[in-house]
Amino acid sequence: MTDVTRISRRAALMGFGATLAAPAIGPAFGQGAPIKVGVLHSLSGTMAISETALRDTVLMMVNWINGRGGLLGRRVEAVVVDPASNWPLFAEKARELLQVHRVDVTFGCWTSVSRKSVLPVFEELNGMLFYPVQYEGEEESRNIFYTGAAPNQQAIPAVEYLMSADGGGARRIALLGTDYVYPRTTNRILRAFLNSKGIADADILEEYTPFGHSDWQGIVARVKRFAGEGKKTAIVSTINGDANVPFYRELGNQGIKAEDIPSVAFSVGEEELAGIDTRPLVGHLAAWNYFMSVQSPANTEFLNLWRAYINNPRRVTNDPMEATYVGFKMWAQAVAAAGTTGVDAVRTAMYGQKVDAPSGFTLEMHRNHHLSKPVMIGEVQADGQFNTVWKTPGPIVAENWSPFIPENANRRRG
Amino acid sequence: MARLLAILLMLALALPARAQDAFIDALAGLGGGFGAQAEAADRLGTLGDPRAIAPMRALSDGRLLRRADGTLIIRTDGGAIEAATGAPADATGAETVRINNRVRVALRGALGKLQLVSPDAGERLAAAEAVFRSPSAENVPLLDAALARETQPRIRERMELALAASRLVATDAAQKRAGIATLGASSSPEARAILLEARAQNADLLAEIEAAVAAIDRRLAVRRAAETFFQGLSLGSVLLLAALGLAVTFGVMGVINMAHGEFVMLGAYTTFLVQQALRDIPGLAPFALPLSIPAAFLVAGLGGLLMERGLIRHLYGRPLETLLLTFGVGMMIQQAVRLAFGAQNREVTSPPWMQGTLLLPFDIPVTANRLWILLFSLAFFVLIVAAIRFTRFGLEMRAVTQRRPIAAAMGIRTGRVDALTFAFGSGIAGIAGVALSQIDNVSPNLGTGYIIDSFLVVVFGGVGSLAGTLIASFGLGLINKVLEPWAGAVLAKVFVLVAVMVFIQRRPRGLFPQKGRAAEA
Repeated sequence: MTDVTRISRRAALMGFGATLAAPAIGPAFGQGAPIKVGVLHSLSGTMAISETALRDTVLMMVNWINGRGGLLGRRVEAVVVDPASNWPLFAEKARELLQVHRVDVTFGCWTSVSRKSVLPVFEELNGMLFYPVQYEGEEESRNIFYTGAAPNQQAIPAVEYLMSADGGGARRIALLGTDYVYPRTTNRILRAFLNSKGIADADILEEYTPFGHSDWQGIVARVKRFAGEGKKTAIVSTINGDANVPFYRELGNQGIKAEDIPSVAFSVGEEELAGIDTRPLVGHLAAWNYFMSVQSPANTEFLNLWRAYINNPRRVTNDPMEATYVGFKMWAQAVAAAGTTGVDAVRTAMYGQKVDAPSGFTLEMHRNHHLSKPVMIGEVQADGQFNTVWKTPGPIVAENWSPFIPENANRRRG
Repeated sequence: MARLLAILLMLALALPARAQDAFIDALAGLGGGFGAQAEAADRLGTLGDPRAIAPMRALSDGRLLRRADGTLIIRTDGGAIEAATGAPADATGAETVRINNRVRVALRGALGKLQLVSPDAGERLAAAEAVFRSPSAENVPLLDAALARETQPRIRERMELALAASRLVATDAAQKRAGIATLGASSSPEARAILLEARAQNADLLAEIEAAVAAIDRRLAVRRAAETFFQGLSLGSVLLLAALGLAVTFGVMGVINMAHGEFVMLGAYTTFLVQQALRDIPGLAPFALPLSIPAAFLVAGLGGLLMERGLIRHLYGRPLETLLLTFGVGMMIQQAVRLAFGAQNREVTSPPWMQGTLLLPFDIPVTANRLWILLFSLAFFVLIVAAIRFTRFGLEMRAVTQRRPIAAAMGIRTGRVDALTFAFGSGIAGIAGVALSQIDNVSPNLGTGYIIDSFLVVVFGGVGSLAGTLIASFGLGLINKVLEPWAGAVLAKVFVLVAVMVFIQRRPRGLFPQKGRAAEA
């Protein structure tokens, strides 16, 4: 599954009407060799549920840019590889993209372990990776642009909301997560943050489960007991991938209502909710920087583009897809500004690039390689969509080196 | 005199009008911002006007709409009515009024107050529950009045707890003491939470509160142990279901089938397809789940049959090649399903009788889906043991696995028995998939999560012993759930794996080793 012709056959197989723009159709392109865009998302294994939609988003954007005459007069071509939710394989596939296919830019990764696995490869070969998912921060590679949220753009505002009067005034927090770097680091930051707000360690419960965990009865019962200690309790979930479905099912079955113990999730979007009956979950929360239900002209444009490309009315959009969309547009602007696809020139051109994002705000790429982003808290609705109940007045600049991690707090770059 | 009369008359006329104004006035707040909504709900609850029930219910169900001119409208089954008057209304262009959790809490409390004297017993119980969760001094007279006419013991019990909780926030110390005593005499975790919450405001009653909490804790200890025990049994039943098919193909036949998990997954997808097919047939839709059982058995069994006839029979006696081959077939099935259905989870809905929590005797809460799966797994196990023990096919199966040449000499077509046994084992895996679709994701990866656990159970129980599989799955489930609160979910799993490894070192043939010639074969 590495060459382009195979991929377009696969896309056709899956009934995605629109395939990659063939050279014969569409506008005429100049003489130059095509610009190559690598796509490094898991199409199989436990993360496929989340990452296949991102592959589709990049292919849609490639299609979009070719429809507008390509970049620098050259055609843009996608090279899709499947790292199969296998973290070491991510590094191998990244090397293949950079050395064999000689891609000009790569869009990829979801979990932090996969990003950590490819980071040395991109630094060694001076590649450029756009990473579209919220993460734990504590990283700033000159070869990666982070278009998802840092903790101060998602986790901390979400917990502040839970502790506010509108969020229920929680004074006891259960931190539930999947056992890997993102939840552990995020929860470390949150614990320090909660301590600073006067919440003692005795009022914090931290629990981790393996990837794909399906038996939540013990943990949910413990949370229930934890909540019965006389203080308003809330759940902060950094559960990733398909463990979320049995988790929410167990919440529903054990009768945990959002009025009593609200939960806010950082990795559950519209795509993950598609496999669940959301009626018992109404009122549970998710924190993101975009929801499909946002009303803005840029979102209408994004949704129209997506619907026309995917040709399936039931497919939804979500935050990492929006981050991919924004990242791709920014990259295309930077290439146009630099007049070349060379990594060093594009990197310099990236700083200060602005895009009107579907979230309804104008986002800017800062020199710390992170986007400024608005924060939104959404409530699960019976139809599987989110209704925004709170949002920041404007975009927030990323603090990728969290002040709550003492050893890294001073590593901020100018 | 005449003037006085006139004034009295005017006052009498004005009173209902003012009461109505207060209702209309408060009602408008339901269409405002979250803060205004919560306030309006509180006011409507205090006003005690039963007309507020319908709009507040509509708001919490997402059926309250607001027209551009600010009029609130309730969407009903057939059409729409105005919230204030109940007159038919035009809902075109009206937008649904959104709420958040703070508003939900306020609505629940207010609705509780209004429905304590509802003619419907279910509503009264829900109301008592709601008032219990939002204690306030003004609930005391309402609950006194409601208790005076309540006859059903279950609702009375809840109302008395709610009364006790509300007395605890009253100002009178004697009332508070009575409240603490009632709450302490219950065995309700919520009562315990309310007592703990009251500690901060009642420093003078601390000793009484602590004693009441301790009394509840004593009663809850037994229930918690029972809860853990049930969770262990439930995990055990899932392990048993996943491992049973493997106990036949690996345990009885000796084929290392790495594609076992994929047959489980096929069973789950069959459930999805059956549900889709029957969704629009009114008479059959509730039976989708029971009907999926034979369908999944056929689909997975047929897959097993094809696999045995096409591939595995050429590799008998070559375990390493079988392992690699079945692993590859498993990956192919997984990818084929991913291409056909997509990588996203498919939604298999649970029938109503498999949702929510049931209370066993002594108020032990168990989730309905897990209870049904536990019962199903046990019944299913008995059925399989009976099939192997008492049917002609079971006899032939045992004969072939124990002494193949003799069985052949007796006229048994061993090849046919091999194929059917493998199909039987795969079909069992398919049925496990029907049950697992109720608690896990129906996704192409469903099977991968169970394959290791299944092998663990079969090897631990003793290869070839169905009773061993039963004991091993429940044993491992219980150990896991007892350890989980102490060690966390990740470490508990590690401990179980280490324990099984040590055990297998000491007794390589598992809990129930096969004896005699069959063991050497």
